[in-house]
Parts: sequence; C-alpha cells; structure tokens
Amino acid sequence: MSHQPASAPHAHDRSSVSRIMLHVCLALTPCTAFGIYIFGWPALFLWLTTCVTAVAIEALCLRVGGQPLRRLLDGSALLTGWLIALSIPPWAPWWIGAGGALFAISIGKHLYGGIGQNLFNPAMLARIALLIAFPVQMTSWALPLPIGSEQAPGFAEALAISFGGAPVADSFTGATALGHLRTSFTLHQDARDVLAQDFSLIEAVVGRTAGSLGETSELLVLLGGLWLLALRIISWEVPVAMLLGVALPSLLANLVAPEHYAGPLFHLSSGGLLLGALFIATDPVTSPAGRSAKLVFGAGCGLVIFIIRNWGTFPEAVGFAVLFMNALTPLLDRYLRPRVYGRLPGGKPLQAASPTARVKQPGKT
Amino acid sequence: MFNLLSPVRGGVHPASHKDRSSALTIATAPLPERLYLPLRQHAGADALPVVRLGDKVLKGQLIAAAASEVSAPVHASSSGRVVAIGPVTAPHPSGLAANGIVIECDGDDRWIDVDLPSDPFSQEPMALADRVAQAGIVGLGGAIFPAAVKLKQGARHEIKTVLLNGSECEPYLTTDDRLMRERAEQIVDGARLIQHILRAYRIVIAIEDNKPEAIAAMRAASEPYGAIEVEVVPALYPMGSAKQLIQEITGREVPAEGRSTSVGVLVHNVGTVFAIQQALRYGRPLISRVVTVAGGCVARPRNVETRVGVPVQNLLDFCGGLTEVPAQLLMGGPMMGMVLPNAQVPIIKGATGVLALNRHEVPRDDASPCIRCARCVEACPMGLMPLEMAAHARADSFDGADDYGLKDCILCGSCAYVCPSHIPLVHYFQYAMGEQDARRSAEKKNDYTRQLMEQRQLRLEQEEAARAAAKAKKRKPTATTTEAAP
Repeated sequence: MSHQPASAPHAHDRSSVSRIMLHVCLALTPCTAFGIYIFGWPALFLWLTTCVTAVAIEALCLRVGGQPLRRLLDGSALLTGWLIALSIPPWAPWWIGAGGALFAISIGKHLYGGIGQNLFNPAMLARIALLIAFPVQMTSWALPLPIGSEQAPGFAEALAISFGGAPVADSFTGATALGHLRTSFTLHQDARDVLAQDFSLIEAVVGRTAGSLGETSELLVLLGGLWLLALRIISWEVPVAMLLGVALPSLLANLVAPEHYAGPLFHLSSGGLLLGALFIATDPVTSPAGRSAKLVFGAGCGLVIFIIRNWGTFPEAVGFAVLFMNALTPLLDRYLRPRVYGRLPGGKPLQAASPTARVKQPGKT
Repeated sequence: MFNLLSPVRGGVHPASHKDRSSALTIATAPLPERLYLPLRQHAGADALPVVRLGDKVLKGQLIAAAASEVSAPVHASSSGRVVAIGPVTAPHPSGLAANGIVIECDGDDRWIDVDLPSDPFSQEPMALADRVAQAGIVGLGGAIFPAAVKLKQGARHEIKTVLLNGSECEPYLTTDDRLMRERAEQIVDGARLIQHILRAYRIVIAIEDNKPEAIAAMRAASEPYGAIEVEVVPALYPMGSAKQLIQEITGREVPAEGRSTSVGVLVHNVGTVFAIQQALRYGRPLISRVVTVAGGCVARPRNVETRVGVPVQNLLDFCGGLTEVPAQLLMGGPMMGMVLPNAQVPIIKGATGVLALNRHEVPRDDASPCIRCARCVEACPMGLMPLEMAAHARADSFDGADDYGLKDCILCGSCAYVCPSHIPLVHYFQYAMGEQDARRSAEKKNDYTRQLMEQRQLRLEQEEAARAAAKAKKRKPTATTTEAAP
C-alpha cells in the first residue's frame, strides 16, 4: 500500500476507475447479448476469446512492466477486449479476436506506458491493424442466423467455425449495408435505387443486418449510451458533435446529389457510427478534456467518417476517424481550454469595471 | 456538470452530514486548565508578545501585538498567569510546534476593564476599522485574513455590496447556521456597522438553500432596516468561496489577480461580522468563537462556543468523548480542513470545526494512474484543468502547472473529490505552490543581492571618479603654474 498524503479533501464521491469501466461494460451488455443471439454460438466464442485474451495479456504486461497487478481489476482491459469483439466480424476465427486483443493491449496500451498513457484508442488500433493485415477475414460478414433458427450452426459446428478453421459457406455471409452501397457505386448504380431495394431503416435500427456485434442493433447501443450519459460516465459533447458531424454533411450532400450520397438516416443507422460515437470516441484517455475541445474532437470524427465513407476506399471509417482525431487530442487539449474564472478566453485578466476603480476621498462622507 | 440557473460553473455536491450538529443550540465549553495561544492565528506576520513569563493577565488583555499592517493581535481568552512563552503544538499536519503563549487559568475568568464605546454609528469609519484591528479579528470562515485590513482596503474603493457569507458549503460544519439562527440581530447590526465603515450601498446576506431556519431568522432580523437583502443561493460546494459567491450574487467575476473590491463587493463571513459587532458595540476582542464538533466518532456532535486556545481534546470530551479511534482528526471541514497530528492542538481563531471522522467517512483508496476522464475539469469552479496541472506539478514543471491554471487555483478540492483515480490533486497543487513560492523568494533574494552588488559597484566607481577628479583638481593648479612658469 502506498502512503497517502494527508492533504484535503477528506471526502470523496466514491467513484473509481473500475466502477466506470464496469458501467461501460454493463451498458454494452444488451447489444452484445442481442448480437450473440443474432449471430449464434460463433459470436459467443469469439467474444469470450477476445475478452479473456485481453485480460490475460494485460496481466502479463503489468507483470513485465513492473506495475501492480491489482490494476487488472480496473476493468480497462476487459473493456478493450469487449470493444474489439464488438467491432470484428462475429464469425471470424478465434485468432482474429485473440490477435486483436494482443495487439491492442501490448502495443496499443502498454507500449505507451499502460492505462491513461496511450495516445490512440487501443481497440480501434487493433481493429484497423486487423483490417489491413487480414482483409479477407475482416470483411466476411455473417448473415443474421439467430440461435435456434433452422440454418444456424449448432454448438459443435460453431466450435469448428471459431476454432477449427472450418470454411464458412458463402451463402452464410453477406455485405454490410455500407459495403453494399460502396460496391454498387463502383457499378455506377444510383444510391436511391440501391437503398430502396436493399436498405430498411427498421431492420438496421433493430439490428437484423449483417455486421459486427456492435454494428447491428443501433437501438440497444443507443440505449446503453443514454444510460451512460444519464450516469454522467460519458459527456454529451463528443457523441452529439460526432453524430452531427456525419448527419449535417450527409444531409447537405444528399440534398444536392441524391444519386451519389445516401441521406443522414442511412449513415446514422449503419456501421459502427453509434457505437463509435457513444463508446469509442468517448474513451476518456484518448479524447480531450475541455468542452470546446470535445466538441471539435467529435465534429472532426464525424467529418472524417463522412469523407471516408463517401470518397475513400474503405466502406467503414469509424476506426480511422477516431484514430485520426486521437492524434489531434493533445493539440486540442493545449489550445482549446476552458475559460478561466476572472480571465478572458485568451488568459488575460478581466478588466476591473471603471466606477469601482474610482478612489474615494478618505474621510469624506 | 450543468448549472443552468447558476452562473457558477462546476462545483460538487458532497453529502452534507449537517443534521446532527445543527439540531442542537450552541453550548458553552467549560474553562480549561491551560490555554495555548499561538502567535500566528492569522494570515500575515506573527504577533509579538507583550507580556512576560509569570505576568498576571485578565480576560481580553492584549498579550501579543500585531507585528505589521497585515497581522493581528492576540488577547488572553481568560484570566490567569503566563506560564510559558515558546513552542506550543501548532495546528499543522506535521505536528511541529509554533511559538505561542501558555496561560494557566485562575478560574475567575475576570474581564479586563473595557472602555465601552459610545454609539459606533456616530464615529469615524477609520476609527471603527482601527478598533476592529485592535480586537484581533480575522476571517472566521477559515481564511483567517485580518478583517480590519479588508475593511481599510474596502474603505478606499466604492463598495456597492457588503456580502455576508452565510453559505457554509463545507459538509459537517454548522457554526454559521447556528449563529445565524441564534444571533441574527447581532449579525445584522454588525453588517450595518460594516456598511457604515465602507459607506456601502447595500447589504446582501447569502445563505444556501439547505438552511431554511437561518434564512427565516436573518430575514426577520433584517426586516426593520432598508437595503438589506437575504439571498438564497443553491447548496453547492464551493459556494462559500468569495469568488464563487460574488459570481452567484452579482453575476460578475472578480478579475484574475484582483480583489473583490474591484467589482465593488466586500465579503465577510457571518461569524466574522458577529465578532466585529461584539468588538464595536462592547469592546470585546476576539477571544472566543463557535466551533462545530462533529464526525462519526463524536458521541454527541454539536456546536460549541469556546475560547481560543482550548485544546481540541477538551471540546471532544465536552461533546461526550470519542466512540472509537478516529481515522482522521480534522480542523475545519472535510473539503479544505487540516489534519491534526493529535488532540492537544489548541483551537485557533480560524477553526470552524473539529471533526473526528471514522474510516467509513474518510475514503482512502490508493491513487491509480489518471485516465483523463476530465471529471476534474468539469468540477473545477475556476475553469482550470486540474489533470494537466497535477501532471506538470508531478514532473516539477511548475511553469507548466501555472500555465494550466495553478495561479488561479483556490484549492477547494472539488477536483480531488470527484477523481475516480483517487489522485491527491490538491496535494500536488500545494506542493507546486510551495515550490513556486520558494523559487520566487529565492529570486527576490538574488535580485536584492544583485542590487546591493550593483550599488556597491556604483559607489566604488563614484568614489574612484571623485578621487580622480580631486586628484586632477589638485594637479591642475600645479599644471597651470608649470605652464605659466616659462
């Protein structure tokens, strides 16, 4: 036990890092559970593998780095693993999840000095690294086959998919809505036709679409996020700015050229945008501290997502956008600080008002 | 956090724990055997003893005089004999001793003859301010700044508002609450005297909304007079900080590096106002105050009027003693109070409370690394970035800490209160401020030395020049003579 200095305050609101992380995990539970139901046993195996690996690697890194092992209890490694599991294809082989967790915790976090020290969001770092290294595995999206449905893989089959390297039949996979739109553009199709045929807002919001665990049920992600907002574990600035950062440009673009650009509702309900806005961009370590800096950070994330989704090579962009803005976080923290009491925004003291500066004549009433 | 109705940003809502001590009336603590009176119970220079060992002193007699303009005298808080002048245990976490005067009480508790002043309202403001200075009154809310210095500074400015601070935002403490309930008339009288000294336009009494009885009492007491308003402010820590209270009441911010007088406000704690009234009406120096004795380890928490110099142990005993060994013994509130090394420490003028907290009341988790959650930024009522300040202070980068707001920090502890990593932020700030202070005084010393050196150099040069000139003068006539000779 380290020595505690006896300086004030001698009171505390009883918050703790582990409680924060636990609450975030709890907020992720509904959408995770739904995702596992939709994508069946392989999704569960992958989620378990990723989380367990993340915690194991964290323990190893703490030991090697000479940090106290009780930091394992802060829950940050579990959360990182969890977020990775939510952002990769649910039927991916086990080593995708385990490798992602290994990369995230060891290189994304502990190489920088452990919790609180990393510049980039470890989960997104892992996701992007996997996407670049294993593009095939990372873009084979299983179609929703709820547990108990006719074609859903059984327990043994699922074990083979996750751990045995069994090939997944093409008929079980499909493109995500964003991927489908991107492919259609290369075939010079009109966005309106593509969306009218293949995109249903209700399905996308409820989550009966292809995608990662965290991309499917926007409704449950939103629910979890709102709960965190109510608990003040995350603040509203980043999510609101990020969603507006996507919605406003896409609304504008959609109005100008509807044949090339999908509208804001498509973007908001597709891909990992909501998960990113509520759970990933709000990662305290890698996002700025001040309110205006948070707003700029969120808006920047949104804008980069809009740009990459519409004009980039990758159909999905949340990871890239978050990493890009992570790199700007120290800059934002430095230059967009809150205004100090008694000072102008630049830091100069406020001027004393003129009438009070008038000196009284002593002795005169 | 959102404070849509209040201009005050940030702040926290700690559990108040005020119910038990605020329910009972102010009791009077018994006379102790000995009184321990430190010479520094105020901001500024130590007072200078004016009594000798073995001297008989009376209650209210001056025993140590103010050493400079910013200082305050100390008076005997009961009659008796001076038995020691020297180190007494000081209220400081280190437990180190500070100089003081020890009086053995004779039990008579006999007052010195006080010249009862005539109607103070008919007197010159400056004469009244001087009387306040002579009474040794300091800010009783805990800031311990000499009250007279504030009054004199204020008298030189146009003061629109005399702001009476009855917000008492620290948890556990209820001295101001009880004082306002029981001595409302005296406080209002004191406020009017201050208004007279400052020629202020109006008086505002600010009370947090969790003290309805005090609000009612103060409203009733101020009823007969014009230009006195009782304003209810939201219960929010640190509402009792002068800067935040001014912002709440006037909507204006005190300019950085400036004083409240520059926005036309002078803030006094209600306890201080009561003391000022006692001094101006009855000639009584500040020798006693009301102290909240509370905390989970205290058998019967309540407010106690006690003489200055009484050991903390006596007050604890008076309140039924301790039910268990306290995890933390504090002087002041839990948010800004000071750890006491033991219960032998005397009550000083600035002691708002004595808290004996049990281990459930003092969360002491080990600090873990900062996760940059920015809760401290949200909680800071000054708009600073405590996480960056602490990171810089930790790396001994004091200018960096200053850059992120250390020089504007009021040490309220809101940041550390909400920190989920339990980082002792205030500790870092105090360390950095101390180092900055030390650096500044070293620089000052260096400058002074350099100045002396330069002066000496200049003097030597001047002497040299004068000598040369004298020589030249002496030589000149000879030269002219030699020239003229042929």
